[in-house]
Amino acid sequence: MAYIGSRVKRKEDLRLLRGTGKYVADIHRVGMVHAAILRSTYAHARIVKIDTTAATKLPGVIGILTAADIPGMKTIPMRTGHIDGLERSQQTPLATTAVRYVGDPVAVVVAESRYLAEDALELIEVEYEALGVVTDAHESMRAGAPQLHETVPNNTPANFQVNVGDVDAAFRNSDLILEEEFSTQRHAAVPLETRGLVAEFDEGRGQLTVWGPTKMTHTNWSILSDHLGLPQSSIHLIEPDVGGGFGARGEFYPEDFLIPFASIHFSRPICWIEDRSENLKAMNQSRQQKYQIKIGVKKDGTIMALDAEMLFDMGGYTRTHGGTPAISASSILRGPYRIKNYRLNVFCVLTNKTPVGTYRSPGRYEANFVRERLLDTVAHRLELDPADLRRRNMIRHDEMPYDLGKHPFNSWVLDTGDYPAQFENALARINYEKLKSDSAAAKKEGRALGVGIGCFVESSGIGPWEYARVEVDNTGQVILYSGCNSLGQGIATALSQIVADELQVSIDDVRVIHGDTAKVPYGNGSNASRSVVMAGSAAVGASRKVKEKLLQLASAALEIEPGDLFLRDGRVVARGVPERTQGFADLARLALPGTALKQGVTPGISEEDFFASDKRPFPYGVHIAVVEVDRATGIVKILDYLVTEDVGRKINPMIVEGQVMGGLAQGIGGALLEEFVYDNDGQPQATSFMDYLIPTAMEMPKTIQLISTEDFPTPLNPLGVKGAGEGGISAAGAALANAVSNALGVEVTKLPLKPDYLLELIGRIKVESHQENA
Amino acid sequence: MSTRQVRLTINGREYSREVEIRKLLTDFLRDDLGLTGTHVGCEHGVCGACTILWNGEAVRSCLVFAVQANGANLKTVEGLAPSATELHPLQKKFWELHGLQCGFCTPGILLTAEALLKENPDPSEEEIRESISGNLCRCTGYQNIVTAIREAAKAMAAK
Repeated sequence: MAYIGSRVKRKEDLRLLRGTGKYVADIHRVGMVHAAILRSTYAHARIVKIDTTAATKLPGVIGILTAADIPGMKTIPMRTGHIDGLERSQQTPLATTAVRYVGDPVAVVVAESRYLAEDALELIEVEYEALGVVTDAHESMRAGAPQLHETVPNNTPANFQVNVGDVDAAFRNSDLILEEEFSTQRHAAVPLETRGLVAEFDEGRGQLTVWGPTKMTHTNWSILSDHLGLPQSSIHLIEPDVGGGFGARGEFYPEDFLIPFASIHFSRPICWIEDRSENLKAMNQSRQQKYQIKIGVKKDGTIMALDAEMLFDMGGYTRTHGGTPAISASSILRGPYRIKNYRLNVFCVLTNKTPVGTYRSPGRYEANFVRERLLDTVAHRLELDPADLRRRNMIRHDEMPYDLGKHPFNSWVLDTGDYPAQFENALARINYEKLKSDSAAAKKEGRALGVGIGCFVESSGIGPWEYARVEVDNTGQVILYSGCNSLGQGIATALSQIVADELQVSIDDVRVIHGDTAKVPYGNGSNASRSVVMAGSAAVGASRKVKEKLLQLASAALEIEPGDLFLRDGRVVARGVPERTQGFADLARLALPGTALKQGVTPGISEEDFFASDKRPFPYGVHIAVVEVDRATGIVKILDYLVTEDVGRKINPMIVEGQVMGGLAQGIGGALLEEFVYDNDGQPQATSFMDYLIPTAMEMPKTIQLISTEDFPTPLNPLGVKGAGEGGISAAGAALANAVSNALGVEVTKLPLKPDYLLELIGRIKVESHQENA
Repeated sequence: MSTRQVRLTINGREYSREVEIRKLLTDFLRDDLGLTGTHVGCEHGVCGACTILWNGEAVRSCLVFAVQANGANLKTVEGLAPSATELHPLQKKFWELHGLQCGFCTPGILLTAEALLKENPDPSEEEIRESISGNLCRCTGYQNIVTAIREAAKAMAAK
């Protein structure tokens, strides 16, 4: 029986179900004390003075650090998305002369308990000189706007263009040109577990241990080493159980320097656990993009050109992701369509809000919303069925692989797929034709029932490489040491399935170790739906090398040619002569140094492999939403939903479906509920779950069809897999916005689809714009 | 800081401790007693990750002070399984049907579900959804959780 492709129960689950998982807040070290961060209450201000006298005197306070206590503090670097100019607005772990968003760290208090540390926060006196605040990207770019960083004029640290084909000529050849403005609101990953770290420094040995890092463990290991001036070999990062990531957790944040630094400075193990109101101000936000976009089409709907300008709202600083959401949006704006003439001008703009990073399907959720909404708008104008417009322009199977053309930061080639066939299947499965007539009939009765489509191509499996070591220990158990990380997605189970199949062992005899720098020397982490692709492929490579070694050892022991041996049930067996066999434990014994060295064989059964690739596999799919909007209240009810995605190959179908379903829930949240709102003074308005609304079980669609297929494996890795992490969220904003537009007979141009916005669109109310808006 | 003596029963075992009067029940369970299965997701009573059973009823432990639990009979997720080698039907179904991903919301949801099934052993899907509407899950999209609770109800009724 093969494990790959089967719905294996997850190995991670038992401890999580019993409450015996170990998340970072569950870790207790002897003599451990607690940190709390003093954060700016001003969106933009000069720090005049910090007085910690009263706070330091509070019984139970061990010490307080401000920037003055950390000379030579470095700015946190970009690890990706580096656009020239962005380095000018990076963040130091503690604010030095100015604060640029509410939540900007100003001091760290260390005390005997978190309760006491928070008491001490209230006693720290900071004198701020308020500076002008700018919360809107357009306003921020204007001459005369308050300047956030000294060396960044117009708060625009970077600007880049994509230019493919001849857009101007294509517009001249168009029958219809349509121009529109679209925007998506600030929202973010908001995992259920907040961030946290436990750091402990063994002064005697000069050894720092940090629990908590995840997602990009080895990258962060290198950054921390550089910032502390401590060699990596003196730093041990350990990944605990993690309560979700979705892009935001595991990047190198100010606290990732401050807490380890403080543990060294105060010679005490320090625990820092973020509370939720901090988290909603301090963890990377995302998704805020504004587009001015022009499309040129022929009468029959053929798309001639796409030309747009995009403002990417970065918040107060450049963080580790650099301009990734903007780069990604710019790369996928055209989606699965044949658009040979494309131009995009992107401005990365600073504002006095929480800095941004990625969130599941970064830039692509936004771009999909914009493009799919634009297509429907064009379809309405040309009096074409939105499905027909898409059919006319969708990249055909015979055009694959499809080169997306010149781009300043990447070269994406859509690898495999049949977009039109999948599209037709999706329409048939949800009975699109019937939905159209149902919608028309409902409208006659005054009910706003609508159907909306969102097509997507997702990026996955980013490189450049991943590391694996597979080892057979002296009990015959197989251990995989992988450079990826677990945020809760089930990667240990999926990798176990892969290794178990390669080595023909029971999945119960495979263990996966990840996120521990003392056990795994190299890694590129888990992000961008890369783990099964990259870590999985490296695991295959290492397993195959181990298989060779097992056969070699068995061959010597049994005196049979390796070609006449095969693996079965944790043993090496002679073909046709089943009684001639060696178990993995037997072979491990033969590989012990005492025996092996005498035989001139390298001791141990342990092999490393690196899987390298700079070509990504692209999963692709369709979202179709059926909604009813209450015309009196503006509330959207999702009646039916279909997501289809081709992922090339499913290692564990249950895990794949879980990823899609979870992504869909987040996509619905982003379309209908979630928003980080700021007032004109840059004060965040959504700092608790009362205001930042995450979907509950009640907000999910009444019926959901989830179709994940394996029609077109990718040739880009030995497993044929494409990463399934982001398809579920990818076009949810697009499909829901199109469904709502269809239901109400309006053209939605922004997310979220909040009741007051929809009521405004149908003319029932007029909203005075008094707040900064997406 | 004032302290009080608190005596209570948790998962069938008696505890007696001196505790600061301002200490939240969640922090008392987690830090003082080492019962870290109860999680803190928001500290303001919305997410439900801190849900425990208090005399059989689902209660948000982040909204209660430890001293208020004096004399109470509590159950946390650590007390859900019948033994170290067996699982509660809810845990079993969550495992079989992929009702968890990161696991952070899971203890709160398991206990909420246990309270539901005690009161309503045969809940409809709608009733299940409503009963867990006060538990946020960011990973799963809830579908498998609802199915797992439904299946656990069936399994428990069959016994």
